[in-house]
Amino acid sequence: MVWYILRRLLQLIPVFFGATLLIYFMVFALPGDPIAALAGDRGLNPAVIAQLRAHYHLDQPFIIQYLIYLRGIFTGDLGTSFSGQPVSQILAATFPVTLRLTILAVIIESAAGILIGLVSGLRKGKLFDASALVVSLIMISIPIFVIAFVSQFIFGIKLAWAPPTVSEGAPWGDLILPAFVLATVSFAYIVRLTRASVIENLSEDFVRTATAKGLSRRRVIRVHILRNSMIPVVTYIGTDFGTLIVGATVTEGIFNVPGVGRTLYQAIIRGEAPTVVSFVTVMVIIYVVFNLLIDLLYGLLDPRIRYAK
Amino acid sequence: MPSNPPLSATHFVAPIDETPLLGVDTVSIAARKSNLYLDAWRDVRGRPLFYISGAIILLILVVALMPKLFTRIDPTYCNLDLSNGGPSAAHLLGSTFQGCDVYARIIFGAGTSLAVGFIVTALVTLVGVVVGAIAGFYGRWADAVLSRVGDIFFSIPYILAAVVIMSLFSSARNVWTISLAIGAFAWPSTARILRGQILSVKNADYVTSATALGVSPSKILLKHVLPNSIAPVIVITTIGLAAAIVAESTLSFLGVGLGSGTISWGNEISNAQGQLRTNPSSLIYPSIALSVTVLAFIMMGEVVRDALDPKARARR
Repeated sequence: MVWYILRRLLQLIPVFFGATLLIYFMVFALPGDPIAALAGDRGLNPAVIAQLRAHYHLDQPFIIQYLIYLRGIFTGDLGTSFSGQPVSQILAATFPVTLRLTILAVIIESAAGILIGLVSGLRKGKLFDASALVVSLIMISIPIFVIAFVSQFIFGIKLAWAPPTVSEGAPWGDLILPAFVLATVSFAYIVRLTRASVIENLSEDFVRTATAKGLSRRRVIRVHILRNSMIPVVTYIGTDFGTLIVGATVTEGIFNVPGVGRTLYQAIIRGEAPTVVSFVTVMVIIYVVFNLLIDLLYGLLDPRIRYAK
Repeated sequence: MPSNPPLSATHFVAPIDETPLLGVDTVSIAARKSNLYLDAWRDVRGRPLFYISGAIILLILVVALMPKLFTRIDPTYCNLDLSNGGPSAAHLLGSTFQGCDVYARIIFGAGTSLAVGFIVTALVTLVGVVVGAIAGFYGRWADAVLSRVGDIFFSIPYILAAVVIMSLFSSARNVWTISLAIGAFAWPSTARILRGQILSVKNADYVTSATALGVSPSKILLKHVLPNSIAPVIVITTIGLAAAIVAESTLSFLGVGLGSGTISWGNEISNAQGQLRTNPSSLIYPSIALSVTVLAFIMMGEVVRDALDPKARARR
């Protein structure tokens, strides 16, 4: 297990440096002089420009700039937002809210998705299965911002079951509607994945053996089919973090949830490129680390992966 | 260890007149041809979903290529008197906040969405197939380098990457730049799938015999390996087209997509979001157009996957 962890950690290194270098390079290589943009139409005194360039290390070669930026990341300095607030400070204030929202969404999507997928797989070809497939196809096709608007309109404004926007502090009750919206993104995939692996497991030898042994159908389903069908589903939920990040950005923006996503959303809307870049970098780092954790967890669950070369 | 008798001692030759040739052994030339794609085509033709999604895709293509067949109203002509106006005989689906005709703008927006979808798909497939084929077929250091590069691109969710590129590209936002921004980070999944397929095909007997016959590696790749490993790429391409259309509308919705001068479904939805309470139909109808288009491509992808993957056929 130790070797497995070490190997995965080693694989993480090029990805981490590559991803940050790539983002930094995109910012660096794209047209537009940030100092000129700062000055506006009138132009600045060349001495001031030189001073500013030195302050932001713009007079250094690209690779030195990147190294200075990396040093910042490792010492907890993630850059500053457009308004001058350190990104790390904003993150500390907003991250817990996003974490609560995504946990709620993951609970909703996996509970509903696995249940419906299981029933669907057990009744393959029946009416329930057919309608679950159709509904999941439709849900995959509707972009999340449309789902967010429509549910905000129906449940928030017309029926007034839930507040259409989340109040500051984000109490759990307010988060339920956004969490349902965020859950719809992966829900349909979880249904289909569960269904597919239940159908595959139904014809496995161990299921036939369990039935032949005289176990009740309930027990066969719960212990032998459901458990074995969970492996790909759990992996999917783990690796689906990227979709969740994008979904959270849109959902938090529309429902005004005071989380990381809304901060990013507002920075995008206002065109604050530096803030957008530093937030995306942070999210990519979280994403990479999260993927590593899932891999480690998966190696813990399934010994075949741990020992595979 | 007991010594075995020499093989020649037990060599057995059947009497020549033992079994006459039976009818079974005659080769029927008239039997139908069969390969993966012919089978898939036969399978596809029997499915109603294929005809439904095919008809929708065809309709949208016609709308995108010849929008003027479907409406006489100029989508850029906006009359503020009609701001948020309801449906009428002249304006079937009502008017937007700016007083433009919702229906005409949906019709003219189809071309933009499809153009982005096709350009991104072409780009992603091209890069993905080249990278995946080289990495999978030539292996060694080419594989090591390309796979690590793919990992790096894969580690950044492509919509987030597109947001960064587009927010820096604020001066030139058009169909080409947005397609480039989406495609730049979406190719690794295609490359990964093709690489995996090629690895499993590479050591097949027909490849070995082609090598033995002296066929050059590049010809083996193009003639034998690629045709036998491309099926999953076709599937992901169809579904990727839908994903690209969604990505364009998401970026436009976030305000970093196409410029406001371009008519696209994403822009229409984005512009209408402030009118959710007063004029929900200006938001709902473009959303329906977008969702139906995406649905059609996803259904087509499902049909193609079921047809090309025998395992998926069993699950149906």
